[in-house]
Amino acid sequence: MSTPQLFFAYFAVMMTGLSLMVVTRKNPVHSVLYMLILFAHIAALYLFLNAEFLAAIQIIIYAGAILVLFLFVIMMLNLRKEETEKRFQKQWPLGIGIGVVLAVFLIMIVGKIAVIAPLGPYSIDAVRSDGHIMTVGKVLYSEFLLPFEIASLILLVAVVGAVVLAKRKIE
Amino acid sequence: MTITDMFWIFLKTFIAVNVLLLHVAYVVYFERKVIGHMQARLGPMRVGWHGLLQPIADFLKLFFKEDIIPANADKPIFYIAPVIGVISAVSSLAVIPLWKNFSIANLNIGILYMLALSSVGAYSVILAGWASNSKYSFLGGLRSSAQVISYEISMGLSLVGVMMMSSSANLSDIVRAQSGHWFIFSQPVACLIFVMSAIAETNRAPFDLPEAETELVAGYATEYSGMRFGLFFMAEYAGMFIMSALGTICFLGGWNGPDFGIFAGVPKIVWLLLKIYGCIFFYFWIRATLPRYRYDQLMSLGWKIFIPLALANIVVTGLIKILWK
Repeated sequence: MSTPQLFFAYFAVMMTGLSLMVVTRKNPVHSVLYMLILFAHIAALYLFLNAEFLAAIQIIIYAGAILVLFLFVIMMLNLRKEETEKRFQKQWPLGIGIGVVLAVFLIMIVGKIAVIAPLGPYSIDAVRSDGHIMTVGKVLYSEFLLPFEIASLILLVAVVGAVVLAKRKIE
Repeated sequence: MTITDMFWIFLKTFIAVNVLLLHVAYVVYFERKVIGHMQARLGPMRVGWHGLLQPIADFLKLFFKEDIIPANADKPIFYIAPVIGVISAVSSLAVIPLWKNFSIANLNIGILYMLALSSVGAYSVILAGWASNSKYSFLGGLRSSAQVISYEISMGLSLVGVMMMSSSANLSDIVRAQSGHWFIFSQPVACLIFVMSAIAETNRAPFDLPEAETELVAGYATEYSGMRFGLFFMAEYAGMFIMSALGTICFLGGWNGPDFGIFAGVPKIVWLLLKIYGCIFFYFWIRATLPRYRYDQLMSLGWKIFIPLALANIVVTGLIKILWK
């Protein structure tokens, strides 16, 4: 195996393992911490793909803001009771069964799919010469302006919704 | 990458980390002296000449003290929390250009890297507060998480103005763009917001609510003792050093200094360090002068004044940049 493949194998295995840890921990704070390590691995995978801007954003937004909010909410709820109770419902063997069947199916099919897309103008060298932030910014504000605005509108709706819910009285 | 490259990276890292740790020790001494004199006291005087060996004595004391862990603490998280703080503070050093062409890693996303690490550093305080299983620590942790999230936004937005002025997020390029004039003159609003946010981000007075000793004992660090407490201490002061360095690079011209007459021969790093010391002195000056904020005042200041102001600054900077062309 070449070095890039070794790196990818490490990240793939670690990310799968960490995701499993996230869903199986009894203590929700521990789950969030495994998720933090998982996000760091995702950021490293972005770096591996020469997308340094995305890697930084992954850490700033997901690890720095969203996960801290998760932690904040989990700490405010008193979840000591959850730790002593049984973690899973009775149906878990069935769930694992379906999961294994699905996994086998996917493994069988994955070799047969080949996605061949035409190469765009944004090769690694082109991105390097302009800088990541400039390239992403130019594309976002010209080619993908409408989807970008729609995404920000959706976020705005969510913000308004949160304010309405949090406000006690609306005159 | 050849072996020589690796060797240079290791050597640079070694130099930078040692310089930082030595600074951290003596920044504490500097703080006690400055605040002592501001309050008409002498500060540490006993250990060594004018207390010069005090930091070493403090370090030895902390190192040999018993490490007490509360019975109901979440042990692994309790152990790891101070380490996260120190690591995130020290690794920010990697992108800081100490002088021309001396930065351990010359990243194109330097500013974003520093912001990312400072947000990871927030975990150390939050987790310490939670894992200690004590009311005071927990309140300190919660306060810190809300405060750091809020002020990170305004800090990031204030640095956008700097990135627009220099058309780059690379810290070396930002310093080079300031060889004519410093950005504190062309971005005064951003500079003000950055200074305030940096104080809030490092949990220093007057925004030191996570460790407000009059109400929370010592906040998130209440249950920590010995070297683990020392690590928190180190992370806080290293964070101050890093924030001062970032402020110097983004607003005060970094390693640029007077280049004529007798000043021409002075190594560039001297200017950078002098400016950083100035910023650190400013931290202490504010601490000795201003009373602590109330928590709701702190939050409304961040969300209702600084964030809109920083956004307006971005819009105005963009407009001027377009019209100037």
